[in-house]
Amino acid sequence: MKFLKFLFVGIFFGIVLVKSEAVSWYRIYEMFKFQSFHMYGIIGSAVLLGVISVAFIKKSQLKSLEGKPIQLVIKEKGLTRYLVGGTIFGLGWALAGACPGPMYILVGSGVFSMFIVIAAAILGTFTYGVLKNKLPH
Amino acid sequence: MEYILQPWPWYVSGPLIALVMFLLIYFGKTFGMSSNLKTLCTIGGAGKYSDFFRFDWKAQRWNLTVVIGAVIGGFIATQFLSDGSTIALSTATISDLEKLGFSNIGESLLPPEIYNWDNVLSLKGMSILIIAGFLVGFGTRYAGGCTSGHAITGLSNLQLPSLIAVIGFFIGGLVMTYFMLPIIFG
Repeated sequence: MKFLKFLFVGIFFGIVLVKSEAVSWYRIYEMFKFQSFHMYGIIGSAVLLGVISVAFIKKSQLKSLEGKPIQLVIKEKGLTRYLVGGTIFGLGWALAGACPGPMYILVGSGVFSMFIVIAAAILGTFTYGVLKNKLPH
Repeated sequence: MEYILQPWPWYVSGPLIALVMFLLIYFGKTFGMSSNLKTLCTIGGAGKYSDFFRFDWKAQRWNLTVVIGAVIGGFIATQFLSDGSTIALSTATISDLEKLGFSNIGESLLPPEIYNWDNVLSLKGMSILIIAGFLVGFGTRYAGGCTSGHAITGLSNLQLPSLIAVIGFFIGGLVMTYFMLPIIFG
């Protein structure tokens, strides 16, 4: 039962991303061509509201549903890994037109060729894990 | 109901994505979809090859549940909550894609030129999907997050590393869109 709420959040997430067309390859292409405000509006308003909600969580010292203090993820300092890793990710994002969330959602929407992309993404993650100590971070 | 069946505008969708992030944080977790790729590696036995994959994957079952939900959500939205309207892309986008040889632009979520089996089952089509997926999987773990972890959650928490990562996402995305897609499809 404790997983049920995560199932519902996932269902909601999937519906929102399809209905917003953020899972569409075309919308990603259009975003990188700066030809529409749509994707910038989605990400921008999500971040704006996100900044406000995170500030609220911190200021009110909101407790989680289970009554524990909320720990927000702090990203390690660095430059190379974020810039290089981010650029590699961006190349794939613009080619596949899907990032890790939409990949799963699109399988649900009936695009089974997406399994190939997911399998390759798992292989990419595995390759990173194996090479991790040899890469600049 | 009509408003639900139509595509949702950005000012509805963006805040709802923020709500997803808020709920996951409120449930004591975080919003990060690419971590599941790492978890799947661990479940598949990747711990034999690298320390990076040696962790208790059962602690990530909640996130795999979000993935299962996302698949179901994608199914529900496409099957029951869509009116089949063409994506209202800008005319400039449509014209650029026509020049790349694309057709039926925006009639489905994904271009048949990339995702239809006829194209996938060719050397070129298969290579496109494999290379794209590999870059996403490798890059996201190298950068320590994807769109959800960095662009939404990290930026919301004013993390400088996330801003650098998002700049990287755009460098890669722009290089692909402006220089490489015309070579691949031109």
